Amino acid sequence: MTDFLEVLLRGLGVGSVYALLALGFVIIYKATGVISFAQPALMLTGAVVTSYVAPAIGFMLFTGLTFFVSLGAAALITAVIALIVERLAIRPMIGRPAFVVAIITIGLDIAIRVVASGFIGLGARPIPNPWGLQRTELLGLRVQERHLVSMLALAVIVAALVWFYRYTRYGLAMRAAAFDQEAALTQGVSVGSVFAMSWAMAGALAAIAGTLLATSAGVDRQLWIVALVALPAIILGGLDSLEGAVIGGLAVGVVESMVGSYQRDLAPWLGNNFAGVSPYVLMLLVLLAKPYGIFGTPEVRRV
Amino acid sequence: MSTTTSTPGAGSSRPAARRGHRSRRPGGRPHFYRSYGQELALFNTRPKLSGVGAIILVALVLPFMLADNLLQTLALAFAFAIGALGLNIVTGLAGQVSLGHAFFLGVGAYTAAAISGDPDGRTIGFGITNMLVWLPAAGIVAALAGVLIAPIATRLRGLYLAIVTLGLVFIGEHIFREWRDLTGGAGVGREAATPELFGFSFARSNALFTTDQNLYLLMLVLMLVFALGARNLARSRVGRAFAAVRDRDMAAEMMAIDLPRTKLVAFGISSFYAGCSGALIYSVIGFFEPSSFNLLLSVQFIAMVLIGGAGTVAGTIMGALFISLLPTLTRELPAYIPIISGSVTETPNVFQLESILYGLLIVVFLLFEPRGLFGIWIRIRTYWKGWPFSY
Repeated sequence: MTDFLEVLLRGLGVGSVYALLALGFVIIYKATGVISFAQPALMLTGAVVTSYVAPAIGFMLFTGLTFFVSLGAAALITAVIALIVERLAIRPMIGRPAFVVAIITIGLDIAIRVVASGFIGLGARPIPNPWGLQRTELLGLRVQERHLVSMLALAVIVAALVWFYRYTRYGLAMRAAAFDQEAALTQGVSVGSVFAMSWAMAGALAAIAGTLLATSAGVDRQLWIVALVALPAIILGGLDSLEGAVIGGLAVGVVESMVGSYQRDLAPWLGNNFAGVSPYVLMLLVLLAKPYGIFGTPEVRRV
Repeated sequence: MSTTTSTPGAGSSRPAARRGHRSRRPGGRPHFYRSYGQELALFNTRPKLSGVGAIILVALVLPFMLADNLLQTLALAFAFAIGALGLNIVTGLAGQVSLGHAFFLGVGAYTAAAISGDPDGRTIGFGITNMLVWLPAAGIVAALAGVLIAPIATRLRGLYLAIVTLGLVFIGEHIFREWRDLTGGAGVGREAATPELFGFSFARSNALFTTDQNLYLLMLVLMLVFALGARNLARSRVGRAFAAVRDRDMAAEMMAIDLPRTKLVAFGISSFYAGCSGALIYSVIGFFEPSSFNLLLSVQFIAMVLIGGAGTVAGTIMGALFISLLPTLTRELPAYIPIISGSVTETPNVFQLESILYGLLIVVFLLFEPRGLFGIWIRIRTYWKGWPFSY
């Protein structure tokens, strides 16, 4: 039982990072109606920026502060990069079919990723952080500290997002634009700046997620593949649901960690490293039953 | 499909005798279609017929003029073009975005390799090296895989479908990596199918041709066959149903087009092309391993279709040739631009430039020329048609 709960906690820790990534996807999807396949590249960029900023600002009071300051800086820088990308490549495409824009983001993803990988070098770049792979005791369960940090980060960010969407003018504008772009325009909402803001927010979230992911083994060129796991998460939750993204992300994390721990004994015929593809299998199974995810709005089709 | 001005229906009711009389005067009004049948014809204008004929003639002469390594690149490009034609059917024609093309390519490649493989070898093999057996088999098994996926795919629209097919690539990669008896396992790989026809091996030089000339001609002929098939499909009832589904699926449904069935057929045919393409690509290269069938391969095919011109056969082939020749072009760059290095270890190197170009070309074409290379050709054609007037 302890073993099971520890696996569950580990899953929730990894899942929190997936949830952060999934939130980025959903924010962009809600605002612009497009899935941004550029998120993996932005995540890699964020992690790379942290790995450069953290050593540069050096030792600041204690390592935890250094980590959080560089995390903030990376989120900011990545948000600016996302803004530039949105302005140059996405804004001119307003009104074009969603899949065309989605494919543009694939192109952007490749281009940005190559540039970001160029800064990594051959090995992995370490991200200085006070936790490493240390474990701590929590109610008799052994948990990695970095997983606790991820869960905490997710909780803080979700709270901030709820506040932002509910109580700020910009949040209201984003909700209005997501509901009906033309109606929002007539009410004086600048849909263009809503697009920009959604990309900036998604970029910042991706940077935070990337940095949290890279605290274990450093930033390497394969890190971006992890970001794609957020896609099954948003499909599970439904493309346009923020709470769905969080639940989907956590669910994917838990499933992955469960499969990773128990599949070797229960179903060895599935092969090594099946945990890595289990989110995609889960996604296929869920879509067989519910084509619009668990929390997604079914598309209403009118003639 | 064609942008040439047409008068639909006009002339279809004319007596056959008059039509016969007119067709004897080629000089008359060559740019107007005089019957519905003519508009739908494979070569609906005379310049198209002579143009395609000339290009095929040039392509047949090329192997005697080019260096062998360039010929091999071109042979590969033709094999890639077959796969791109398949993706064009499902994405360009039927409007279903598929990021899972690499998976079907892998299924085809492994089927062909298993059928033609050495029975006593390290990996599964049945020792039937005749191409007439393994090529259709590769296509059919891949098509079956496509039909198996279709029940999930046909229920989904747009971006949901893109993500599901993306998941397919990861699941496929896992299966290929783990099924060591078939694939040799990650990092090891296995030998591919041998291009052999009734004992005549294309992968060996003979009295007349070198290996690369052989492969070039084989791939050229096969690509032409597959291209003809794709073009004819587009002109058929099924092809028009695909286009209707792409343009407005609800309107298509109103016209009694069975959506799930049409999408299933589109996936099946597209996967057939992908399977054949996978078998052929690796029979040129000779050896392959499971990690080849990754997301990048799928994206390359998307790039071929979009850069070439979605929905057009000629454009797709142009796109496939362009993307396949891109590495050859970028390898030449370090000689002209000194900051770009030719080695992997230095940072601005040709390999990075190549990947960035894939990405940026997709973006630039979609932003500025959504009809792709084919659109550029249309522009040139219209310009010279109206010359010296601007329209």
